[in-house]
Amino acid sequence: MIELKDARKTFNAGKPDEFMAIRGINLSIEANKATVLKGPSGSGKTTLLSLIGCMARPTSGRIWVLGKEITSLPERFLTEIRRKTFGFIFQQLNLIRGITTLENVMLPAYPLGGAYSSIKKRALLLLDLLDIAPKANSRVERLSGGEAQRVTIARALMNDPAVIIADEATAHLDTELTLEFLEILGKLKDDGKTLLLASHDPLVYESKVVDRVVNLRDGNIAEKGE
Amino acid sequence: MKSWIDRQRNIIDYTLSSLLRRKRKNAALYIVYTLVVFLLASVIFFTHSLKKEGALVLKEAPEMVVQRIVAGRHELIPVSYLDKIKNIPGVSAATGRLWGYYYDPISGANYTLMVSEDSPLSSGRIEIGEGVSRARLAFEGDTLEFRTYDGSIIELEVSGLISAESALVSSDLILMTEDDFRRLFGISEELATDLVLRVGNPRELSVIALKIAELLPDTRQILRDEILRTYDAVFDWRGGLLLVILSGGLLAFIIFAWDKASGLSAEERREIGILKAVGWETSDVIQAKFWEGLVVSLSAFSTGILLGYAHVFFTAAKLFEPVLKGWAVLYPHFKLTPFVDGSQLASLFFLSVVPYTVATIIPSWRAAIVDPDTVMR
Amino acid sequence: MFVHAFFRQRAETDKLRANIEIVRVNGITDLCLFTEASYTRHLTQTDLHTPFQDGPFSLEHFPSGALVRPPQGLKRMNEKLD
Repeated sequence: MIELKDARKTFNAGKPDEFMAIRGINLSIEANKATVLKGPSGSGKTTLLSLIGCMARPTSGRIWVLGKEITSLPERFLTEIRRKTFGFIFQQLNLIRGITTLENVMLPAYPLGGAYSSIKKRALLLLDLLDIAPKANSRVERLSGGEAQRVTIARALMNDPAVIIADEATAHLDTELTLEFLEILGKLKDDGKTLLLASHDPLVYESKVVDRVVNLRDGNIAEKGE
Repeated sequence: MKSWIDRQRNIIDYTLSSLLRRKRKNAALYIVYTLVVFLLASVIFFTHSLKKEGALVLKEAPEMVVQRIVAGRHELIPVSYLDKIKNIPGVSAATGRLWGYYYDPISGANYTLMVSEDSPLSSGRIEIGEGVSRARLAFEGDTLEFRTYDGSIIELEVSGLISAESALVSSDLILMTEDDFRRLFGISEELATDLVLRVGNPRELSVIALKIAELLPDTRQILRDEILRTYDAVFDWRGGLLLVILSGGLLAFIIFAWDKASGLSAEERREIGILKAVGWETSDVIQAKFWEGLVVSLSAFSTGILLGYAHVFFTAAKLFEPVLKGWAVLYPHFKLTPFVDGSQLASLFFLSVVPYTVATIIPSWRAAIVDPDTVMR
Repeated sequence: MFVHAFFRQRAETDKLRANIEIVRVNGITDLCLFTEASYTRHLTQTDLHTPFQDGPFSLEHFPSGALVRPPQGLKRMNEKLD
């Protein structure tokens, strides 16, 4: 469902601090499976995720998402695909302070049009699904770590994306919360979603939820393992 | 179309919650903006309605006033000059006018004393304007004392008050009979303060004025047209104080907008990054910022205008009183009729709302065009 | 706001008419705004020299003098005499 062919990404090209984050990666991500990108920091996990997730463009190479090539799409179309296809869960929670949980969850849907009331209904549904409905009207600053994590998951699900991308999402969570997180991911997989994770946490890549582990090192795939 | 409206609605919703989030900062902005608009709007309302009302009311001022100038100063004019004037073709009526100033040591105020042509007053009685009445607490039936030119005192009884609604032209006026006037100031029957003319055909005015200038070379002619034009220019923006106020207001506003345009806080930048990561396009972010700027400036502008309107037309521009009063003791209590100049308000609108909204968008634009992947790091 | 202005204007036409009458009957030439000095009280009737009573370079000492400009035609008429 997602394919990369000889994808490369260079930062600050031509300048003294030029850095090649991804050096010619060929990768195929299967639908409805959970894939983990594993590797030390600096290996290019985040960059790869951002390339796949239509957040940045490759310097060279080609990328297909759901059969459609996204390599040189103009920003507007790229953003639309990103909005419709992907839901993101970040390492830093990236919730907007000062507004309520509910509003944070509703954000991704605003630019898509659609009546305010239906957006709200869906958001409440998602919060309910993740057992944090009672916190709908609290400020996000008041949530515990685990609750906040679930809010970001709800937000990622807002536009009903086919793929969930999670970048080091468990880095700030303890064991119990990490296991909770993985459990939720398992449920999402059962619902037909494709999962793409980046993590160096063994709890994650050794979990039975994960179908495939891809090892990254210095911007290249080191070896493929199951 | 509906979807576009929905989008705007949603974005506006976010904008409003965003404004409420930074309550203090936005409240400060709102207050400053409102104050500046209030000041400028008050000035606009005040000067415009004053000019308008003045122009309307002075339409019936004397068509021509003939004044005698001696050694550069306005001096009493011999009534015999009228003989020469009356013979000029086109002059339908010409009389002498008596008016002057009286300084009242009790109140410290200057009054204008006038003799009215068709006055119903009898000797020893006067009509006073509302300002005089207030200064001396004098009403119908009271007597006022005046010191004459030779030191003696005469008493004049107040037969009535000139309507308070005419305060703009009559506040400091005391109307009296000719005899009383001459007795008070010791002006002989041969002299008058100036001469006023009524002319059959207004187009002949300047011709007649030239004629009079020839016949009576020591006089000066003041036409009604000049009177009207003087008051049209009275609160001209080029006048000293007004220029200061206007430039002050403008400067305050420029500083204000500059401050806004010079950058976003780190928090705001982070927010924009999150929005982009979550799927908002650059244009969506810009739109949110645009609404933010517009909401603040529109609400501040409307509040400022309404407050200015209330200030000028309900309190007779109370805040300007100390400025206008200066050293004067007597200040008219007038209620201005609301004449509103839409074009001036429109210019104020464009000079304030547009730059402010633009100033809000510019820094956001720079922040909004970053690639969303920077948020992931 | 505009509605209020509109109605007030209508309502005050009588007052304006009365005022116009007062101006006509009494031969009034100036608005009674600044009663501090003769040249501020009667803007249109003042001669060129009264504002400079202490000398041509004397600074304005009545505050309202800073608000108003000299009347139209003032300089023109006096030039004729020269």
